[in-house]
Amino acid sequence: MEIIETFFNLEVLHRAFPMLMKGLWITLKLGLVSIVAGLILGLVLALVRLYAPRPAQLIARIYIDVFRSLPLLVLLIIVYYALPFVGLRLSPFWSAMSALTLVSGAYTAEIFRAGIQAIPHGQFEASAALGLSYRHTMVDVILPQAVKIVIPPLTNNSINVIKDTALASVVAMPDLLKQATQAQALAANPSPLIGAAIIYVMFLWPAVAAVSRLERRFGAGDR
Amino acid sequence: MSGFVSIRNLHKFYGTFEALKGIDLDIAEGEVVCVVGPSGSGKSTLIRCINQLEDFAAESEIRVDGTPVKPGRALAKVRAEVGMVFQSFNLFPHLTVRRNVMLAPMRVRGMQAAEAAERADVLLRRVGIIEQADKHPAHLSGGQQQRVAIARALAMEPRVMLFDEPTSALDPEMVGEVLDVMKQLAGTGVTMIVVTHEMGFARQVADRVIFMDGGEVIETGTPEAIFSNPTEARTQNFLSAVLNH
Repeated sequence: MEIIETFFNLEVLHRAFPMLMKGLWITLKLGLVSIVAGLILGLVLALVRLYAPRPAQLIARIYIDVFRSLPLLVLLIIVYYALPFVGLRLSPFWSAMSALTLVSGAYTAEIFRAGIQAIPHGQFEASAALGLSYRHTMVDVILPQAVKIVIPPLTNNSINVIKDTALASVVAMPDLLKQATQAQALAANPSPLIGAAIIYVMFLWPAVAAVSRLERRFGAGDR
Repeated sequence: MSGFVSIRNLHKFYGTFEALKGIDLDIAEGEVVCVVGPSGSGKSTLIRCINQLEDFAAESEIRVDGTPVKPGRALAKVRAEVGMVFQSFNLFPHLTVRRNVMLAPMRVRGMQAAEAAERADVLLRRVGIIEQADKHPAHLSGGQQQRVAIARALAMEPRVMLFDEPTSALDPEMVGEVLDVMKQLAGTGVTMIVVTHEMGFARQVADRVIFMDGGEVIETGTPEAIFSNPTEARTQNFLSAVLNH
């Protein structure tokens, strides 16, 4: 009974619930904005890396490698605590969103590149032979096929972005984790932390299950 | 004299390997030309240069209806006039058969969807595949896919059709249906350049047969002349190898 009192204290959870919901909303908002911005950045980076002139390709490659090597927490702290020294002061939300987007963009770029490179060369040749422009080749022929290949890894990456939003609590971002630690301090009871953990799992489990389903379906070779 | 398709001094290098060693060729409008020769002779490379799927040496020149084939705006125009059918079909797997045929007229010529669909159906009927119009390519046999690929190329109303070993990837029982469509097409007056191993087809349909070996045109003439009275030793050797078994 002691354990239930301590970790699953319903009264404490009940009182903390509004705070947790506020935190959840911010976590989801931060996660979704960063995912969408990261997708756009990643697609642009992938196209630059594959098709731009040499120097631009190199820059995209260096960017992708650097941001895949840099720990997100380090980047986040640099954006929030170091950039103000050069006069760039971002709010906790925008700091976290920038850091998440910069890193997610590097990962999605690699996913898109692999997806595009998985399309047989004959598809490009057939498009060229028909007189399709580069833009139409991409939009009508290559990307619709690449999307099917990249949906499972992209969903995986999106799950990671949502999970990584928890790091934003170190820059005083009132996200789900931050609200839970505050509620824990107020109540002198860790139940809100357990509550937050349960909420993360409740939201991400279906996504994780969906990835497995998608991988099985696309793996079945319906191309 | 210069032809509807005119090729001058065509050289092509892969690194230091010279795949085409200075080809000169003129093809008249409406002419059906079959290019034959052993594998590695450069025949596929030759026709892939005509719509610049392959780059070629700067001193070479190819013109289609007077327009030089070179990178830039003119290339899109040439490609819109030159249809191509590939050995491996290269249909768009995510689109239905009808959509495969509709795509280029809509995107390159700006045609409305309704008109493009109507014309696609006319072409699919012509190649005998209208019943499959709403299926995806993966559900068709190889012969059916290649007939769709022919319809897709014809949808751009090309003045020249290039065929790059169109029956080589097919099961033997499907070769005939594709060749039949090509024969029918040859009767419509479209200029055709066909790389093929089907000597029977070349003999029956071609106005002119070109024998290539080692990146050069060795001999060219009417099917009768090439198949019955080849003058070059290399042509004789090749033909005796492919015809006598």
